[in-house]
Amino acid sequence: MTGIVALYIFMLAAFTGYEVIAKVPVILHTPLMSGSNFVHGIVLVGAMVALGNATTGLEKVIGIVGVVLAAGNAAGGYVVTERMLEMFKSSGAKKRPGAH
Amino acid sequence: MSAVSGDEARLLLIQASYFLTAFLFIMGLKRMSSPVTARSGIVWAGAGMLVATIFTLLYPGMGNYPLILGAIVVGASFAWVSGKRVAMTNMPQMIALYNGMGGGAAAAIAAVELYRGEALSRTVGTLAVVGGIIGAVSFSGSLIAFGKLQGLIKKSYRFNGQQILNLVILAAALFTGGVVATGYSMDVFHVTGIFALALLLGVTMTLPIGGADMPVVISLYNALTGLAVAFEGFVLGNAAMIIAGTVVGSAGTLLTQLMARAMNRSLGNVLFSGFGDTGGAASGGAGVTGNMKPIEAADVGVMMAFAQKVIVVPGYGMAVAQAQHKVWELCQLLIDRGVLVRFAIHPVAGRMPGHMNVLLAEAGVPYDLIADLDEINAEFETADVALIIGANDVVNPVARNDKSSPIYGMPILNADKAKNVIVIKRGQGAGFSGIENALFYLDNTRMLYGDGQAAVSQLIQAVKAV
Repeated sequence: MTGIVALYIFMLAAFTGYEVIAKVPVILHTPLMSGSNFVHGIVLVGAMVALGNATTGLEKVIGIVGVVLAAGNAAGGYVVTERMLEMFKSSGAKKRPGAH
Repeated sequence: MSAVSGDEARLLLIQASYFLTAFLFIMGLKRMSSPVTARSGIVWAGAGMLVATIFTLLYPGMGNYPLILGAIVVGASFAWVSGKRVAMTNMPQMIALYNGMGGGAAAAIAAVELYRGEALSRTVGTLAVVGGIIGAVSFSGSLIAFGKLQGLIKKSYRFNGQQILNLVILAAALFTGGVVATGYSMDVFHVTGIFALALLLGVTMTLPIGGADMPVVISLYNALTGLAVAFEGFVLGNAAMIIAGTVVGSAGTLLTQLMARAMNRSLGNVLFSGFGDTGGAASGGAGVTGNMKPIEAADVGVMMAFAQKVIVVPGYGMAVAQAQHKVWELCQLLIDRGVLVRFAIHPVAGRMPGHMNVLLAEAGVPYDLIADLDEINAEFETADVALIIGANDVVNPVARNDKSSPIYGMPILNADKAKNVIVIKRGQGAGFSGIENALFYLDNTRMLYGDGQAAVSQLIQAVKAV
């Protein structure tokens, strides 16, 4: 990947992130922060590559720490986001008088 | 020769899988922006993560597979179990913890690359160093935020010249990083120095910040971790990391601004001043005069049962008392009697924007009964009863009319405009910020003293008895 292509990706991704979030209602802010927290759990693939290419003992130890932390970020982020979003329900089917 | 083309095929496959992952992440985040599709959004993003993780194992020339798989199992199972168990009220610090782990992982990638000691190009070296510093700050800072919200760290440590100290540490980290990035020296001493200084900076930056401001800080560290991941993605030439990290970096920055604005504070204010703490209570502002007038639960029950419109204003105190289930039970009784019930949520009710919605959703409150500040504020004038439970500063009218108050200018819920205001409160103390609440002394306000859960139970009985 050449530097200029990487820079294009960076710019477009930055706009994408901004636009996707801009329309989010306040009620979803906490799950969304949690969801975006999960998304940067993608650091796991980088940590796997770093550990996979590690040769010295020091590199391996740091690599293991990196993968453990990254896997925690990804798994934890997913579980708590899913738990929160699962609870959001509309009054829909059980519509009651007065609950407009 | 066949091995080479085999490697090329693998790399192509990995690129394709990362493309799919980036697509799933962005679509997932998009779906998370509406309550109707939000649940499927996290599933989409989760699928993307799974795809990227599996295909990354195919990278040609990688070793240490038992270590990789073992480390994934250890990290993932710890987080999975803790994430399943954590109470909804403790969600903010859990997010801080997982976020810190991501930052630490980004720093670890930088450390592996730099400790290897191979000469990196200046651009790559700089990105590795900057990403490593940001990741390490986010790691130690998030852990401090976790400790504060979890109640492990109770004090806010402040002293004169703290900001100068932080600047000195930052400058030292950048200087050491410069020495490494320019390839002047890549010895263990300098590389270790970068990370030690960055970790220290995260601690000294976060310790002085009070608990009330912590959500903004967590959100900021979330954005920083995204940025660190993107930078390390450049170092590794990994498009999935660049895209996902940058998307989170920009989205997180926007979210941080929204939160800070809702609290009427600039980001600089949050980071560099000491308000937002229960200590140092800024009790400025003109004295509030008048008396608090108590009321009995039975009278409130009658008032609410015969009301046309009731607006409930829940605050974090309600969640601490675990009263949200009882509150919803009460509201269902009222709805069955034909009363129009709405919930009014201040952007910073709970411990971060949207936290109160999660707590209400947990109790089974449908999201279409919940309104935010802009939607509901005009409606208070037509409400017969505003029921305040566990909320304080966010309904304090001095924010509108007393220029000398520290919370002057903060957007508040205009609960004082309702015909009757009922405040459920444990005792007569001041709020989280230590500021007297003028609402409690108004002529149309009555105080229902007691523990949140017990008081609402009494109200339920009272409404049933009508």
